[in-house]
Amino acid sequence: MKIKLLDIACARSGDKGDSSNIGIVFESEEVYHWAVEKITPNKVKDHLKGIAKSKIVRYELPNLLSLNFIIKGSLEGGGSDSLLHDAQGKTHAQLVLLMEIEVPDFFSKYIYTIPDLEK
Amino acid sequence: MKKTINIANGQGFWGDSIDAPKKLINNKILDYLTLDYLAEVTMAIMQKQYHKSADRGYAHDFVEFISNSVDQILENNIKIITNAGGVNPYTCAEEIKSKTNDELKIAVVEGDNIIDKIDEYIDSGIKFDNLDNGKDILEIRDKICSANIYIDSFVVAEALKHNPNIVLGGRITDPGLVVGPCLHEFGWDKKDYNKIAAATVAGHILECGAQCTGGNHTRWWEVENFVDIGYPIVSISDNALFDIHKDSKSGGLINKLTVTEQLLYEMGDPRRYLSPDVTVDFTSINLEDTNNNKVSVSNVKGMAPTDTFKVAVNYISGYKANGKLTVTAPYAKEKATKIGQVIIDRLKNNGIIFDDYKIDYIGYNSCSAQSLPVNDNSNEITVSISVKDKVRSKIERFSKEIAPLITNGPPGITGFSGGRPKVQEVISYWPTLISKDIVKTNVRIY
Repeated sequence: MKIKLLDIACARSGDKGDSSNIGIVFESEEVYHWAVEKITPNKVKDHLKGIAKSKIVRYELPNLLSLNFIIKGSLEGGGSDSLLHDAQGKTHAQLVLLMEIEVPDFFSKYIYTIPDLEK
Repeated sequence: MKKTINIANGQGFWGDSIDAPKKLINNKILDYLTLDYLAEVTMAIMQKQYHKSADRGYAHDFVEFISNSVDQILENNIKIITNAGGVNPYTCAEEIKSKTNDELKIAVVEGDNIIDKIDEYIDSGIKFDNLDNGKDILEIRDKICSANIYIDSFVVAEALKHNPNIVLGGRITDPGLVVGPCLHEFGWDKKDYNKIAAATVAGHILECGAQCTGGNHTRWWEVENFVDIGYPIVSISDNALFDIHKDSKSGGLINKLTVTEQLLYEMGDPRRYLSPDVTVDFTSINLEDTNNNKVSVSNVKGMAPTDTFKVAVNYISGYKANGKLTVTAPYAKEKATKIGQVIIDRLKNNGIIFDDYKIDYIGYNSCSAQSLPVNDNSNEITVSISVKDKVRSKIERFSKEIAPLITNGPPGITGFSGGRPKVQEVISYWPTLISKDIVKTNVRIY
């Protein structure tokens, strides 16, 4: 089935000089191991069009069921040098959570149900 | 008997909530309150302020907070650990002394600021190559506006030996504000790497204030009472086990996810998190969620630190400005595109071509670039034009070219109430290293 990363993960991003980092957190071992296989640097790069223009480095943190992505050069100079509206990459985590992913059907038990936020 | 101390952080950056420290200072369980005011660019701003006037160059918010909190500091016996001193902790200390009738003892930590020494260091042959791109500092030597070493936390512990009410520093590391009190209270050895690593992780979780207590959390709808969001407290023991929690009456949310998000914030290689005190392996950390807005942290592993300190050098590389206009439907995107192009073309016709410029469409794709589908029928878009150049006069000329569009461009433009865009200096960051053995830190009592 097709879902969004937001349905099975949380994320936070920030700046590392000229690059942004995006930390993605999962909630179960099974989903984490699936993510190690499927949420590759190339997959993230394909999604972040116009942002991830250079190399992406990925680190694994199995103890925290997390992956850390460094989006090299995404901040176009970073800090005060950058002319980007989001010069610190604060929004990159929210963007990556909107990535569409194909997961096995039995992942339905891992899906987080987002409440009706208009209420 | 196990000894435990309680440390809270009430400030994540210069400009963070002014209420958070005021609330925490009334929390009688606290032994220490840390207040982090510095980011890379903050030092350059403070150095510029100091340059204009020798009685500035520190976080004035801090002086105001202390002036109004003397009774609580003394009654609750809470020590304040802060980097609010910026580039001028001496005047900051004197200002506090004069506003508080000399009731507080202040230990100023010095030695981080090498702006007056860096020329001498360069002349003596010390290299300050850029950590990111390997370039030689001689390229920017005449433009340097600040230079600060991220000094170790042992000097904070040294300062605490004098039993001050406030430890006031400049570029103490953010986690060091927590590590310093732990070193002092527990008397850990320099080589107790695992314990120092644990305190560093505690400091990393706390350093951005409410970012571990529900702020910036993906599932923001789960966060109770953002209005009164609690700032974090760490209760850490001499065995270096610790809990992250908050005032039970405050809002916010602490669970494994909020803490993990913060652990990953601004993270590089998690196996080699470098601080001046220790190298931390973030892949060792164990978190336990006790389901009552409390997370317990254990098993943190550390290794020997490197033999260098990081140095944050800032230099002025040019000027920039940003102008914004809002335009509505019909044809919001088409009109926004036209507005941006007309401004750039008019300047070009006046012979003004910028080193770099960028036109963004806020409400359309200014943050998402080409990663998400866009709405081509937006009701309104804010067009944001940013320009950068080494020549100040070109940027000044740009700032006069925004408002005319309201009457001589496409229809339906508004949002120009703030006046002409302000010309700003571009402060560029030059991260580098310095050998630990040439750095001298010191404590001065006020």
